[in-house]
Amino acid sequence: MRQLLKGNYAVAEGAKLCRVKVISAYPITPQTTIVERLSEICANGELDAKFIKVESEHSAMATLVGASSAGIRAFTATSSNGLLLMHEVLHWVAGARLPIVMSNVNRAVSGGWNIWADQTDSISQRDTGWLQIYCESSQEVLDSVIMAYRLAEKIMMPVMLTYDAFFLSHTTEVVDVPDIERVDEFLPPFQPEYKLDIDNPRMFGGLISPDYFYEHRYTIHKASLEALEYYPEVCREFRDIFGREYDITEEYRTDDAEVVVVTAGTITSVVRITVDKMREAGKKIGLMKLRVFRPVPIDRWRNVLGNVAKVVVIDRNLSPGLGGVFADEIQSALYPLENRPSIYPVVAGLGGRDVTPADIEGIINHALSSDDPAGAPLFWGLKQ
Amino acid sequence: MERTTQRMIEIPRDVMTDEELWQPGVLSCQGCGASLALKLALKGLGRRTVVVVPACCMSIIAGPYPYSASQVPFLHVPFETAAAGASGVRAALDIRGEEDVVVMAWAGDGGTFDIGLQALSGAAERNDDILYVCYDNEAYMNTGIQRSGATPAGAWTTTTPGEAVKEEPKKDIEKIMLSHGIPYMATASVAYPADIYTKFRKIRSIKGTKFIHILSPCPPGWQIDSADSIRVSRMATQAKVFPIYEVEDGRYTINVYPEREVTVKDYVKAQGRFRYITDDVVNAAQELADRKWEELTGMVE
Repeated sequence: MRQLLKGNYAVAEGAKLCRVKVISAYPITPQTTIVERLSEICANGELDAKFIKVESEHSAMATLVGASSAGIRAFTATSSNGLLLMHEVLHWVAGARLPIVMSNVNRAVSGGWNIWADQTDSISQRDTGWLQIYCESSQEVLDSVIMAYRLAEKIMMPVMLTYDAFFLSHTTEVVDVPDIERVDEFLPPFQPEYKLDIDNPRMFGGLISPDYFYEHRYTIHKASLEALEYYPEVCREFRDIFGREYDITEEYRTDDAEVVVVTAGTITSVVRITVDKMREAGKKIGLMKLRVFRPVPIDRWRNVLGNVAKVVVIDRNLSPGLGGVFADEIQSALYPLENRPSIYPVVAGLGGRDVTPADIEGIINHALSSDDPAGAPLFWGLKQ
Repeated sequence: MERTTQRMIEIPRDVMTDEELWQPGVLSCQGCGASLALKLALKGLGRRTVVVVPACCMSIIAGPYPYSASQVPFLHVPFETAAAGASGVRAALDIRGEEDVVVMAWAGDGGTFDIGLQALSGAAERNDDILYVCYDNEAYMNTGIQRSGATPAGAWTTTTPGEAVKEEPKKDIEKIMLSHGIPYMATASVAYPADIYTKFRKIRSIKGTKFIHILSPCPPGWQIDSADSIRVSRMATQAKVFPIYEVEDGRYTINVYPEREVTVKDYVKAQGRFRYITDDVVNAAQELADRKWEELTGMVE
């Protein structure tokens, strides 16, 4: 059924369609309406789940450690400082191989309060072991919740799907909300091999000596990489049932492109229309949208970008002292290639600063006119 | 209204199970109160129990991978998350239709008085149906004896070193928990094993958040001989430093009345950690113990 939904409501619909059984969350702008909507549908019986209203995000994720260890499908949502407060438990969840799904609304990280779009929050959790999926539309957000559980429960790893504050969380779009029977067809009930069980008592998460820990960590790495192998099947089945396809990355007009712009999140939509406009003017521009960022789809990146002359990576995140993190990782991925492209790292739109089609055109023209990417990021739109 | 006789709880032999849900061979120190307390607690609770343990001595004692001393499901969780983890297990078990299974968070004093207090307060405010046990050895013993909010005034630890012993008195965790209006709060001590057993049996039938505070001696941390850990623990109760009582829906019961006159001075003199305690601190502790005992006996109808 087609509905008008904001990104946050799309997330709540997704969780409902997945029949999550335990929700634990703490409100934070701009995630709050997810918490409100989920509270509402748990209270009115639309969703048969327990919503534990905890006193912090740290406890939210810790509560899910308990619930998921007991073999129950668990969900939470957060943003920015809330995500950072969870940091310790995020590592724990991946270490414990708990297939929890979380939505994160990308919001700038304070100090100096800022509640607007910025991906530094999720980027700073890239080493926790959580799979990361960056979304561009409310439809993609809803669909990604469903895909995330399928993926998570297959490889027994947690998945974070993430999308920009306000540009998506609070913007209304037409969303096709699938029938729950179709979702049941795609997503079987969660039945883990091991769980807290009175009849089969086991110990979970205890001390691991140096004799075993290295291998333990390696299995987590391996499980993350298995997501790359399993993802095409998830993607194909999802398309067959729901008619929408979300590849691990999305390539738009890249075939003969001389410049490919790499983005994640809502800036992607702005780049897409700018590509069309510049193509009309005869410029060979393409777009690669980052969707799955962990695990790194390194072969895909190399295939798409390996023969391009110039790659512009736009980062709505900043690692101070380095620059944008997407650009850094793209450069690393492409470095072993013989004919690697020139990389133009660009930082833009931090803390919700709008990135317009004119900005994107300016960024691309800068790359077109420059033969020396220099390596240092271009801070686009920075006030002097 | 001081009584001089101890009312010991009688347990019929056919009630106390022979089943050991906590196996021997664990990695605790000699004379450790934590392991003994857990063994007794599980005897009282029985098999239909899930244990949730944050970072504390028990993270080690329970056994490294691939060993486990526990015959009930045992979940390790991060340091400050015992209560939150237990709430999550509770929710999941309820969904599975296993409402009768007791979910017990088992945390040290660091994980309870200090780093885990926020999550514990949250769970208690929600009155989640969990049992939270603090085995209190009065310092961060697992990391090697550093002061905690549970360390009494006058005690040496490695972060209150030499003669620079702790100045602040112990945090009153019992009052903190009672202020949440939880249905059951009790204290216990490994010096009174039958009392531990009885209390853990009892809580099976109480819904909501239960909190049990167990004094748990630590020979290396208290600087006592491991053979003396029970004796010293008993002195804590006899000196009214650690009274054994319970509060059910606001009704107070004192479970152990001191059987003989033991002063706070006697109690601290029995332990190396109080080597540098001053007379002023001993006197203040004695006054505090007397005042609290008076308060407590006043609460008993």
